[in-house]
Amino acid sequence: MTEVLAANRIPLENYADVVGAGEIEELRALAKPLRGRSIEMINSTAVGGGVAEILNRLVPLAEELDLNIRWDVMKGAEEFFDVTKSFHNALHGEPYQAQPRDFEVFLSYNEQNRATLPLDAEFMVIHDPQPAALIDARQPGSNHWVWRCHIDLSHPNRAVWDFLEKFVSHYDGAMFSSPEFSRQLSIAQYLFYPAIDPLSEKNCPLEQEFIQQVLQRYQIDPQRPILTQISRFDRLKDPVGVIRAYRIVKRYFDCQLVLAGGSASDDPEGALVLKDVLRAAEHDPDIKILELPAWAPREVNALQCASTIVIQKSLREGFGLTVSEALWKKKPVVASAVGGIPAQIIHKHTGLLAHSVEGTAYQIRFLLSHPEIAAKLGEHGHEHVKENFLITQKLKRYLALFLMLDRRP
Amino acid sequence: MERIAELNVSETPFDFVTASYLTRIGNQSAGTLAELLTGLEHCSDASIFHHTFQTLGTHHFLTEGFSNDFAQWTLSSTNRNDLAEQLATLDIRDYTSIAALRSDLCRVVRDFCAAQPQFASQSGLERFYFCESLEVTVHLGRSARNLDEFREGLQHLSHAGFYFHFISSRLRLQLQTNDFSHWLSASLGLRTLADSINHIDVYTNTLDSARAKMLRLIDRERRKV
Repeated sequence: MTEVLAANRIPLENYADVVGAGEIEELRALAKPLRGRSIEMINSTAVGGGVAEILNRLVPLAEELDLNIRWDVMKGAEEFFDVTKSFHNALHGEPYQAQPRDFEVFLSYNEQNRATLPLDAEFMVIHDPQPAALIDARQPGSNHWVWRCHIDLSHPNRAVWDFLEKFVSHYDGAMFSSPEFSRQLSIAQYLFYPAIDPLSEKNCPLEQEFIQQVLQRYQIDPQRPILTQISRFDRLKDPVGVIRAYRIVKRYFDCQLVLAGGSASDDPEGALVLKDVLRAAEHDPDIKILELPAWAPREVNALQCASTIVIQKSLREGFGLTVSEALWKKKPVVASAVGGIPAQIIHKHTGLLAHSVEGTAYQIRFLLSHPEIAAKLGEHGHEHVKENFLITQKLKRYLALFLMLDRRP
Repeated sequence: MERIAELNVSETPFDFVTASYLTRIGNQSAGTLAELLTGLEHCSDASIFHHTFQTLGTHHFLTEGFSNDFAQWTLSSTNRNDLAEQLATLDIRDYTSIAALRSDLCRVVRDFCAAQPQFASQSGLERFYFCESLEVTVHLGRSARNLDEFREGLQHLSHAGFYFHFISSRLRLQLQTNDFSHWLSASLGLRTLADSINHIDVYTNTLDSARAKMLRLIDRERRKV
């Protein structure tokens, strides 16, 4: 069977210390009219990627609220995932010449999954394009179907989007991470932010001793300012641009730069970018380029905690949850105004936005010169995340959506 | 020993409610001040509510310089501090209808664009997307008939519940007051306490600090002989 049993269960009550008992009581009140109602979440992978990470947290919490929720993963062979990977890139705006065979493969695997997945829950939540065509299994007037799109559809490949839209338009609603990512659709579109889990290893409080150990391991000096960007080695994250900004800052401040991302060993494109980054670093001993193991949440947490300023200088971004991770740790953040970042960084309130290498450098210099302002931005950023980007808020949004669908005539 | 005043009991209980808001993405957006004006003129009431009342709730922790989404976008994307300031000074507590608030928002932007047409069509750094708030309310199963029970309920209320009763209620009641003050005055006859609570500034307080002030005012009332 394709059902996924979520790991790492954390009791809902444990979140009361973080968000307050009133918020937990509120979740229970919102869930009460939905008790026992069935929900099916469907995506295309059980491990790896942000969607699986969120569902791993969300599903157990929903179960604690007595919702009859299950999480299924659609099955597909390599040819299907090759096509959906191409679709994914094309929907992000990369050049792609779709072939009729690609659409046939997509439809064929959706049809196979329609035959094996239950698809009979009162609330069906379909994540991303891969399983979008499962909607064809819906009987008229039966259950509620919503499509959660986690990707940026602001500049999609026309042919791929036109193909997908035929399915999307049959849903009761679509959810996007940013208004910018939405499309002109005949169905209702909702804003659904991704979320971080404050109790996960990546975001929980760490002992100072562990943070010091991590700094020591990577030969980072805790006495001098640390500028950090956490992201995979990808041109769209502009790591070379970060180095250029650092060099401008370095003229005025004796600082260090940490660029930390996953290993590029199994990613040919990532390996090329890493090569460019190493070249741009020119053996500067104050630039630390760290290829972290595939899953090193505590180390990422430690590096974020130890940072003076966190940077996210992306050229394009889905949502950029690393920004929320840094804000949650009360760090001042300088980030590009792209994708979902402006939702997290309210300029001059919860961080500073920049639009260029020079602008990024200027904002970093400003914060290094005004630590009291940096601290205030960090404090406000933490509150912003608490109010909008925690897993408990995400659960609340789902409950509100189900209640609203249920009350709709 | 402190003496607690005899507590009034109301025939009509105060029912504590919580509200969850879904944000619906609209089909309008603005890249210039002129487009912002067009959007303001044509967007739904739920959209004006979302970018003024609702945003105050979700950004309650910003107690300096943040008032509403229109002012924030004008400041950060178009760099028009003067217009941003005028938009920010529109106080939602002065409005009991969205129509009146919309009218003033439009007037401020229209006057600015007429006086400084060179800025009206200048592109902002980012676009402004008009969204709407859809409210889903649920009873918390907690009610109050006297001041003690009211205090207890208030203390345990979530941010959303507090926001619903203290801020968004003004539109529902169509009075320049809030659910808490309305009930304290109408049901318990505590007009002075009701007025004091209504005067707590929602712009310079967070939801938590506003609640803390309210609890102090209630405690003072309870201590009255």
